Amino acid sequence: MTKSVPHLAALPTERPPGCPFDPPAELAPLRDEHPLVRMTFPDGHEGWLAMGHTLVRSVIADPRFSARQELNHSPLPGDAAMVVPPPAPPGMFIKMDDAEHARYRKLLTGKFTVRRMRLLTERVEQVTADHLDAMERQGSSVDLVNAFARPIPALVICELLGVPYEDHEFFQRNVAPLNEPNSSLDEQMAAINVLGEYLYQLIVAKRAEPTDDILGELTTTELTDEELTSIAFLLLGAGLDTTANMLALGTFALLQHPDQLAGLREDPELVEDAIEELLRYLTITHTGMRTALEDVELAGQLIKAGETVALSAMAANRDPLKFPDPDRLDIHRRAAGHLAFGHGVHQCLGQQLARVQMKVAFTGLLARFPGLRLAVPAEEVPLRTSSDIYGVYALPVTWE
Amino acid sequence: MRLEVDRERCVGAGMCVLTAPAVFDQDEQDGRVRLLEPEPAEAIEVADAVRLCPAAAITAVG
Repeated sequence: MTKSVPHLAALPTERPPGCPFDPPAELAPLRDEHPLVRMTFPDGHEGWLAMGHTLVRSVIADPRFSARQELNHSPLPGDAAMVVPPPAPPGMFIKMDDAEHARYRKLLTGKFTVRRMRLLTERVEQVTADHLDAMERQGSSVDLVNAFARPIPALVICELLGVPYEDHEFFQRNVAPLNEPNSSLDEQMAAINVLGEYLYQLIVAKRAEPTDDILGELTTTELTDEELTSIAFLLLGAGLDTTANMLALGTFALLQHPDQLAGLREDPELVEDAIEELLRYLTITHTGMRTALEDVELAGQLIKAGETVALSAMAANRDPLKFPDPDRLDIHRRAAGHLAFGHGVHQCLGQQLARVQMKVAFTGLLARFPGLRLAVPAEEVPLRTSSDIYGVYALPVTWE
Repeated sequence: MRLEVDRERCVGAGMCVLTAPAVFDQDEQDGRVRLLEPEPAEAIEVADAVRLCPAAAITAVG
């Protein structure tokens, strides 16, 4: 049954020159011929790379494949990829399988429902308006990352979880090395320790005196301080660096596609479709992974127990078998079914919060600054090329 | 069409409520799926909601 497939020496990570929104150029022709190929991982592991939409979607949701940290080899280069990670600590549920994972997730799902997140709309509008006001006061040119894309989701997630926003510079600084495979293992461990200690103290304080926020509510459940510290870590980390990158990279993408931007300005009702399309087109959490718990036959290949399959969500979201003319940003298309938030039992818990924030923030930004444009040539925008979460480090914009 | 939901499988991602809000809701407490309309009219949104469920917790039976 096993037909021969190409063997990659490493995961392609280089974005095509001049096309900051596109996946590495090697992926598309490879995916169209072979949705699944063999690949050598940075630690020498001989695993696989899945790129086709149907295939990636089925592997992420297949219980024969594990998310457990200690079983997965990282496909992304960097120091952390070179060591065998320990099992996830109690509470770090994204690195666990069911039933362990489900026990934690079920305690959280009621706090991130569509309705509960939409109730935050007014508050997000106010936070967004405050930041737009501050941008106007600063003059006619700002770095959109610092002035808008980073602080808005940071403030919202801090309020929601009950983490003091005055400390956000501290955790932004410490979350940064965790999403940068180029940072050393020592830097990553130091960041984990200092954040963990901070959050542990916060949890202890909330348990002594419960507060009206998600972490405060969770202190009244069966969760231990250690479990809650990990959960706080996950929720805060996920809230800080994801929506922020979608806002900045999404604005960059719209500015580079004036026809799409004009379409959205003409019909602001399209914003929800535009957001799904930006999620698909940009796929900032570009690469995931799962490891086979048993031998599995997949796309005509035999995946042996213990082998890791890297999952290229960005290649899957550009699969022409799923999305016609996939490399075109088209806010009028039906982008539903994209894998930007994953699929399966681990699908993003905070996705409805992300949608509310993006809707309010993109709408507010475009309405406030009809003349918004880049303040530097596009090729000078610094890209997060090596990060687990793609985006831009800065986005200089102007509006006069 | 007739729908069945499996609240044990549900992971509370909210895709069904986002996609077909007249047919699905989420429980206030645990965030898991509540079927508002077990026999909805055929509609693309309902078919999408079935397909998009990340945990395959919604089934169309006939």
